[in-house]
Amino acid sequence: MTERASEPAAGRGPRSSWPLYEVFVRGKRGLNHVHVGSLHAPDDEMALRNARDLYTRRNEGVSIWVVPAAAITASSPDEKDPFFAPSGDKVYRHPTFYAIPEDVPHL
Amino acid sequence: MNAYEGLVDTGEERHWAFGTGFTAALSGVDRALPAEVDTEDLTAYCLMLGDDALILSQRLAEWCSRAPELEEDVALANIALDLLGQARLLLTRAAEADGVACDEDTLAFTRDEHEFRNVRLVEIDCGPGPGGDFAATIARLLVFSTYRLALLQRLTGSRDPVLAAVAAKGVKEVAYHRDHAAQWTLRLAGGTEFSRERMVAGLERVWPFVDELFAPHPVEARLPGIAVDSATLRAEVDEVLDTVFAAASLARPEVSPLATVAGRGGRDGVHTEAMGYLLAEMQHVHRSMPGATW
Repeated sequence: MTERASEPAAGRGPRSSWPLYEVFVRGKRGLNHVHVGSLHAPDDEMALRNARDLYTRRNEGVSIWVVPAAAITASSPDEKDPFFAPSGDKVYRHPTFYAIPEDVPHL
Repeated sequence: MNAYEGLVDTGEERHWAFGTGFTAALSGVDRALPAEVDTEDLTAYCLMLGDDALILSQRLAEWCSRAPELEEDVALANIALDLLGQARLLLTRAAEADGVACDEDTLAFTRDEHEFRNVRLVEIDCGPGPGGDFAATIARLLVFSTYRLALLQRLTGSRDPVLAAVAAKGVKEVAYHRDHAAQWTLRLAGGTEFSRERMVAGLERVWPFVDELFAPHPVEARLPGIAVDSATLRAEVDEVLDTVFAAASLARPEVSPLATVAGRGGRDGVHTEAMGYLLAEMQHVHRSMPGATW
C-alpha cells in the first residue's frame, strides 16, 4: 500500500473533540494536591467523574481537582537555562548556615 | 485469612503514598440467620437481589475494550465490579440461608436458566451487541440503578443484619452508578440530533421491562421486616426518573410492558431468549473445568 490509508480524517471521532484535562489528587494524609495524570472528557463535570474512576479506584484520594490542560501555562524546555540555572549557584538562599534544633520537623 | 491483612494498619502504612485504610466488606457483621425466618424464602430473596447484580455485571463487562472512550471503558468496568461485589455477598448469604453445602461460585456457575431470579431488564442485550448501543446501556443503567438505590436504601433497615450491611455498602456504590447514568442521559439527550435519537431509542428499548421491577412478589410478602416490598418503590423511582427526563427534555416512553408467562417473569425463572446465551458465556469455563483454580 502506498497510500496513507491510516491518516485520520480531520475533526472525526470523539478523541478529536474531547479536550484533555490534567488531574490532581489529594491523598488522605497529603497536605496538597499532587498531579497524577491526565484524561479526556467531554466537559468539566465528566472530567471530575472520569478522574474519580481512573485515579481513585484504590482508595487514593479525598479530593480531586481537574484542570483543562489548555489552561496551564508551562515553562518551556528551551528556557531551562535562563529560568533555572541562575539559582543553581546561590547557596546563600538555602538556610544551611543555621544550626537546626533536633526536634524541629518538616524544615 | 483476611486478604487485606498485609496492607492495613501494620504501622507501615506511610509506605503508601496515598494510604490504604481498606476494610473488608461486612467485617464484624452478625451472620446468624434472623429468628423465625423461612430459610427457603430468604434464600430466594438473596438470589433475586444477587442475580440482578450478577447478570447486569456480566452485561456491563461486555463493554470492556469496546466503550466509546477509554475513560468510559474504565467507568463501566468499575460499575460492573461494584455490582459483582454485591452479587458475591448476596449469593454467599443465599448459600448460608440455604444450608446446603454450596457457595457463591456454585450458585453463579452451576444453576440453570430457570433457577435464576433476576428481573429481565438486566439480561437483555443493550449493547455492545446488536440489541442496543451505548445509549441503550445508559438507559438501562439509569432505570436499574434508580430502582436499586431506592430498594437498597429501604433494605438498610432490614431485620437480617447481613442484608442490611450489604445494602449500606451498596447504597454508596449505586448512588454513583445512578449519577453516572444521569450525567450521560443529559449529555446524550442534549448533544447532537443523532445522540438524542439514540437516547430516545435506548429508553424505548428498556421501557417494556420497567413494570416488572415493581411487581410485588410472594417471597417479599413472606419476609416482612426483612425484604422490601417492590411495589412501594415505584413512586420514588418515577419521581427521580421524571426529574432526569425533565432536565434532559425527554418524554417518558410510551411502550407497553413485556408480558409475563401466566404471571411468571424473571423473578420466577422465566427469562427472555438472551438469558441462555448470556449464561452459556458466563458459565462456560466453570462448567468445562469444574473445580479448577488459579
